[in-house]
Amino acid sequence: MKKTRPNPRANKNILWFAYGVVGVFAAMGLYMGVFLQFQSEDVINNPYNARIAGMADRVVRGKLLADDGTVIAETVVGEDGKETRSYPYGELFAHVAGYSTMGKTGLESLVNFHLLSSHVNLMEKIIDELSGEKSTGDNVATTLNLRLQQTAWDALGDRRGAVIAMEPDTGKVLAMVSKPAFDPNTVEAEWDSLVNGDSKEARLLNRATQGLYPPGSTFKVITALEYMREHPGAYDGFHFSCDGIYEYENIRIQCYHKTAHGEEDFAASFANSCNGAFASLGLELDLDGLKGLSEQLLFNRDQPLSIPYKQSVYQMEADAEDWEIMQTAMGQGSTLMTPMHNLMVMAAIANDGILMKPYFVDHVENPGGQTVKKFKPEAYGELMVANEAAALKELLVRVVNEGTGSSLRTDAYQAAGKTGSAEFETGKETHAWFVGYAPAEDPKLAVCVIVEEGGSGGRTAGPIAKKLFDAYLIP
Amino acid sequence: MTNLVVEVSRYLIILLIAIYTYYNFRFFSMKDQEGRDLACSRQLVCMFMLHFLANMVIVLNTGLESLALFYGAQVIFFLCYIYLYRFFYRNVSRLLVNNTCMLLCTSFIMLTRLNPSRAMRQFVIVAAAAVITWIIPLIIDRVWQLAKIPWIYCGLGLALLSAVCLLGNTSYGAQLSISIGGFSFQPSEFVKISFVFFVATMFYRSTDFKTIAVTTAAAAAHVLVLAASRDLGNALIYFVSYLMMLFVATSNWFYLGAGAAGGAGAAVAAYHMFSHVRRRIQAWRDPWSDVDDIGYQAAQSLFAIGTGGWFGMGLYQGMPEKIPVVDKDFIFSAVSEELGGIYALCLLFICVGCFLQFMLIATKMQAMFYKLIAFGLGTVYITQVFLTVGGATKFIPSTGVTLPFVSYGGSSVLATFILFNIIQGLYILKRGEEEEDEKDQAKSQGQ
Repeated sequence: MKKTRPNPRANKNILWFAYGVVGVFAAMGLYMGVFLQFQSEDVINNPYNARIAGMADRVVRGKLLADDGTVIAETVVGEDGKETRSYPYGELFAHVAGYSTMGKTGLESLVNFHLLSSHVNLMEKIIDELSGEKSTGDNVATTLNLRLQQTAWDALGDRRGAVIAMEPDTGKVLAMVSKPAFDPNTVEAEWDSLVNGDSKEARLLNRATQGLYPPGSTFKVITALEYMREHPGAYDGFHFSCDGIYEYENIRIQCYHKTAHGEEDFAASFANSCNGAFASLGLELDLDGLKGLSEQLLFNRDQPLSIPYKQSVYQMEADAEDWEIMQTAMGQGSTLMTPMHNLMVMAAIANDGILMKPYFVDHVENPGGQTVKKFKPEAYGELMVANEAAALKELLVRVVNEGTGSSLRTDAYQAAGKTGSAEFETGKETHAWFVGYAPAEDPKLAVCVIVEEGGSGGRTAGPIAKKLFDAYLIP
Repeated sequence: MTNLVVEVSRYLIILLIAIYTYYNFRFFSMKDQEGRDLACSRQLVCMFMLHFLANMVIVLNTGLESLALFYGAQVIFFLCYIYLYRFFYRNVSRLLVNNTCMLLCTSFIMLTRLNPSRAMRQFVIVAAAAVITWIIPLIIDRVWQLAKIPWIYCGLGLALLSAVCLLGNTSYGAQLSISIGGFSFQPSEFVKISFVFFVATMFYRSTDFKTIAVTTAAAAAHVLVLAASRDLGNALIYFVSYLMMLFVATSNWFYLGAGAAGGAGAAVAAYHMFSHVRRRIQAWRDPWSDVDDIGYQAAQSLFAIGTGGWFGMGLYQGMPEKIPVVDKDFIFSAVSEELGGIYALCLLFICVGCFLQFMLIATKMQAMFYKLIAFGLGTVYITQVFLTVGGATKFIPSTGVTLPFVSYGGSSVLATFILFNIIQGLYILKRGEEEEDEKDQAKSQGQ
């Protein structure tokens, strides 16, 4: 057999191939490692994964905690071993905490895996095993702040709508209220009426992330940004004379309650939320640019949210009629937005253009209080450059100091924001919006309020937002 | 109490396989025979301990005495295999024997957990295969005619593959097996080996253009018949092995590039021509949008691997039975779910270790024929491992091939035994030559 002429390069080629294979397998091992370490959680939480249900046989579901350790949800084990999920605050955290009886929603669904995982210490585990007891599941410490949540709940009162508060520089969601709510303790018993009840009530719907509303004048933030982009450094030159009704080729645009704002420059038009000014300004805009900007600001797109939400809708194309252009520029028309999305845009402005991903879970801890997993703030990306955010901030401060946001004026801090009174059906009261942040110079809290059929944003939504700022910023 | 035992042995098992894997690679950096022997002995200690712990968990969980007896039978088999092999062939590669046992041990554990009666059936086949293939190193050493009959290999291989294509039983949309006397038999597993022999004999004779053209045509015929049977995984294995053998035999980058381009073109054509290929690709790119249908397999596999995590759920604590064809194509996911991601990765590294051993032997063989055999079989083996593990972890689209030695299936395990024993035969041959040389040197120095 030795007679064959060996190909002198054969061994070298074999080795090269072996190295290549080792490289490919290293990549595959790494891929699996990355999956196990970072991505598996989302996969595990998939409702199709039958394995999680199996975990409930071995572990007593852990608690949901507020940021100060207050219990939002816990499982009580009766003497007969029957487990009941209890929500001490009843309706207060209904939508954000969710329920876990008829399927799972809200945080109960989001952190299902953590609540059913147990990291008790080894000694305790051994005792549990020996006595045949179930292990105690990990507790999930949320970012929710009991005081703010309660304030938001009380301030919204009996009205339908939503209130959300978050830290603009971290994305921590501190409060999320949606009304009308339901009592998660009795979801099972009330199921039929919750599902088949009055459609206007839609009590199971989390209006904060799933309610689509016309943004009304809060959309002027986006229109203004587009105008500023198209007139860099020269938007101050804008002038408008408002007598309460703006007419353009047989189209009449009214300001709220036909108020005449008189002579206005760009900032004053914004502060007064002058519909006439924005309708006329809208006619000048590059419509492709406005659509592009809207999509950059997350319209028609997936939002960085871990709980169920609806995509916001922006439909106007470049060939739109004048009427549609004027309506869209002032936030009416076919544009629809969720309160959470509106808050994200505002939070990005407050955070110099960078949107932090909103998050609800600060850390997971074992029943002994040791942290098992810590969640850190994460940036989603830059929605606008810092200069643009700074220019918008100036406009937003003037809304409070000189314009429609007067209900937020206080000596304790400087608030900034935008009001909106969105028409949705002729003959009905408008939806009242306020979205803003405070303190203006160093934003600590961003808030979005919507009150369905609440009338004027400045008069109805503004004071609700002020209560949250007061509760959070005044010691 | 049972849960506690399960829990503790879960971590011990991971520790043991990690130590085993460590020695597998430490072995390559050792020069002296004594160190190597020690490493191999330690590997065996780890393996037997691991085997014991896992079977203890199995017996505790099922309460079946018969499984304790089954465990005893496995231990006897491993001991016989390890020591008798060494007794008959003095120069055996102990590392390869160890790895064979480790992979089989994992297979028995997982199959017993999934389906004891199948595991016992598999055990009988394994034992029979071990006995039958034990003769192979002897044949390699004595029968030099093996290098002279390329067209027998080729004709036999093509005939078998064509028979399956025309008469085969369909499973999961592919014709893979034929039934003979009640036994279902998968020829493509064996034709892999005859295919490598065919290519090696051809290129051993000559690497002129005419030989290459003829060989390529015959190789293409193999691949096309497999593609026609919808056995895409094996078609890919044959293709890669042929291309790499051609490259090693000729050192011609043009052939490699042209072959790779041709393969890529064929893949694109297959994507457009066959709906089942498109389904696989779609399931790979996004299994989540259609978990009920197209993405079902991939999603179940990822649920298993993900829920198991690094340390696994422990035997009987997971739901591997939710994964389709779990004992064949997706055994890797079941191992990862219950024995842990670390265990699964170690298993993967052990397979790579076997492959590296094959490649080392290939470089040491002087005769081109043997060199190509070792290299070709190594390529067949590692490509198959890559396809099955890549498919289970969603690294690549799933192609439906088995994990050699670990998956359930008689043809697969018999073919793998043949493959490993051919390599073992080459190793023994080489060591024998080296010893002769040493003796000659000693003699000449003595004079």
